[in-house]
Amino acid sequence: MSDDATGSALAERGLSGEDQAASFEEERRSGLRWVQRFLHEYPTAVPFIVLVVGVLIFSVVVGGRFFAPFNLSLVLQQVTIIAVLGIAQTLVILTAGIDLSVGAIMVLSSIVMGRMAVVWGLPPEISFVCGLAAGTVCGFINGVLVAQIKLPPFIVTLGTWSIFGSMVIFVSNSETIRAQDIESAAPILQWLGHTIRLSGGAVLTYGAIALIIISVIVWYMLNRTAFGRHVYATGDDPEAARLAGINTARTLIAVYTLAGFICALASWVLIGRIGAASPLGNQTANLDAITAVVIGGTSLFGGRGSLVGTLIGALIVGVFRNGLALAGFASLWQEFTVGILIILAVTIDQWIRKLSA
Amino acid sequence: MSTTTPILEAKGLSKRYGRVVALDNTDFDLMPNEILAVIGDNGAGKSTLIKALCGAVIPDSGQIFLDGKQVHFRSPMEARMAGIETVYQNLALSPALSIADNLFLGRELRKPGWTGQVLRRLDRARMAKLAREKLSELGLMTIQNINQSVETLSGGQRQGVAVARAAAFGSRVVIMDEPTAALGVKESRRVLELMQDVKRRGLPIVLISHNMPHVFEVADRIHIHRLGRRLTVIDPKQYTMSDAVAFMTGAKEPPAQPMAA
Repeated sequence: MSDDATGSALAERGLSGEDQAASFEEERRSGLRWVQRFLHEYPTAVPFIVLVVGVLIFSVVVGGRFFAPFNLSLVLQQVTIIAVLGIAQTLVILTAGIDLSVGAIMVLSSIVMGRMAVVWGLPPEISFVCGLAAGTVCGFINGVLVAQIKLPPFIVTLGTWSIFGSMVIFVSNSETIRAQDIESAAPILQWLGHTIRLSGGAVLTYGAIALIIISVIVWYMLNRTAFGRHVYATGDDPEAARLAGINTARTLIAVYTLAGFICALASWVLIGRIGAASPLGNQTANLDAITAVVIGGTSLFGGRGSLVGTLIGALIVGVFRNGLALAGFASLWQEFTVGILIILAVTIDQWIRKLSA
Repeated sequence: MSTTTPILEAKGLSKRYGRVVALDNTDFDLMPNEILAVIGDNGAGKSTLIKALCGAVIPDSGQIFLDGKQVHFRSPMEARMAGIETVYQNLALSPALSIADNLFLGRELRKPGWTGQVLRRLDRARMAKLAREKLSELGLMTIQNINQSVETLSGGQRQGVAVARAAAFGSRVVIMDEPTAALGVKESRRVLELMQDVKRRGLPIVLISHNMPHVFEVADRIHIHRLGRRLTVIDPKQYTMSDAVAFMTGAKEPPAQPMAA
């Protein structure tokens, strides 16, 4: 988006002085080069600019309704679950992998929590811990298949997506656990649905606060610990990482396991948001999470990207969906726009990566 | 010289891959404070030999001694812990990470106190400082910013970072695999100087190279590998490059009395 802006500014200058065509050509090239370098240094700048531009567009087109505190907090609520899954997905994609099973893991964890507490009558705390454990084990299975059996992550998680999905049906018996049942048997599962009322009708859910806490912790792990450096190095060049003494297999297993755990936390946010634990729905959650990561500027080739980018990416999707809906566009145009954003994001990533080639 | 023990020594190393014999009962020795070149035709088994010495390959039979004590490396990490650092041909650098990150990759320093122990927080300031020192020691501080990513460096500068990493952490031996293969004339020169610097600082170097002028310029002894074993060791001052190539390819019989260590 930002290079577009620079490009059009330069084009205008070119129009105003046609006699300087030669120098314009050079200037244009070095200008683009500078943008490329800048984005290479600060890759999160792209999604950030897209978000700001999106907010500006919708504040003009839709006006006050978009900026209403209630609406903004609604956007935040809508993106919370995808953002949490996006954090898990970011970890995996940074290792040059992909996790198609994040949505299935989340639903499975929520079903385990809900069913154990409501149908089997176990103490809610134990059900909750078992739900978290279920997600973690799912992630661990993905990790072992990727790191030890050395299967491509796409294939592994395509397979486990089906497997975890069928486990959802098996455990749930195709029954939704109703919100009022969870409320009476295990209110702890709905705890993240609590809200704090802010001024102007805005509400902040505990789920959104959980998202912020998870983000800070994972950001710290990625940027301030050796584990984080190893995640980046493993995704960047696994052979180099191995020769430099990093146990890449252990790093991969840790990443997928942690991703599974974060998906289980997402299931907690999910129950908080919808109240019930349903085996249906959220089929596209894994794709939405990948969308957030990609729009956030994390490279599918691994080793490049950031958690902050993913959070911004999730917000971009939320802002565009919400803004387009408020502006009166049918939901097909929301999908259409998200598709364009994805392709644009990957195009920019490829272009930035050319600098390093 | 003949009384000193080799720093790194191998006896009767063998390694087969299926029916291919990569190492055929070969010997190897590296003396303190020398640059030993290992040359050989393609497929002679020199890279398998080097991999066995740096822990990347486990030999089927034979013994390896470091400072006279037998060692059994099962991974490159174990060899590194013992003080053998290797500069791989592909450099084993992570392009998107910074110079400082790369220098400490796999052995990061943590903050002292509870932030390091409990929160496992990296001590970035100390790593940056040490990285700057190491690069300065080797005259590599033309690199302006220790936090710039390795992919923004030239081929020679990247080689410099890899050598600095090996020199910084290698306490016994530095092994360099084709360090000049991908470099231009000027950059190759810089790397050869770097090798002399490293040697002056007391670290012996094993140099694997196809480039005869480079080998003859820096090597104190030349280990010629042929058909999976050590054919002979020659003194570069007593033989010409064409002699070395002739020995290597089998066109000429090696000297009856190999050069004493």
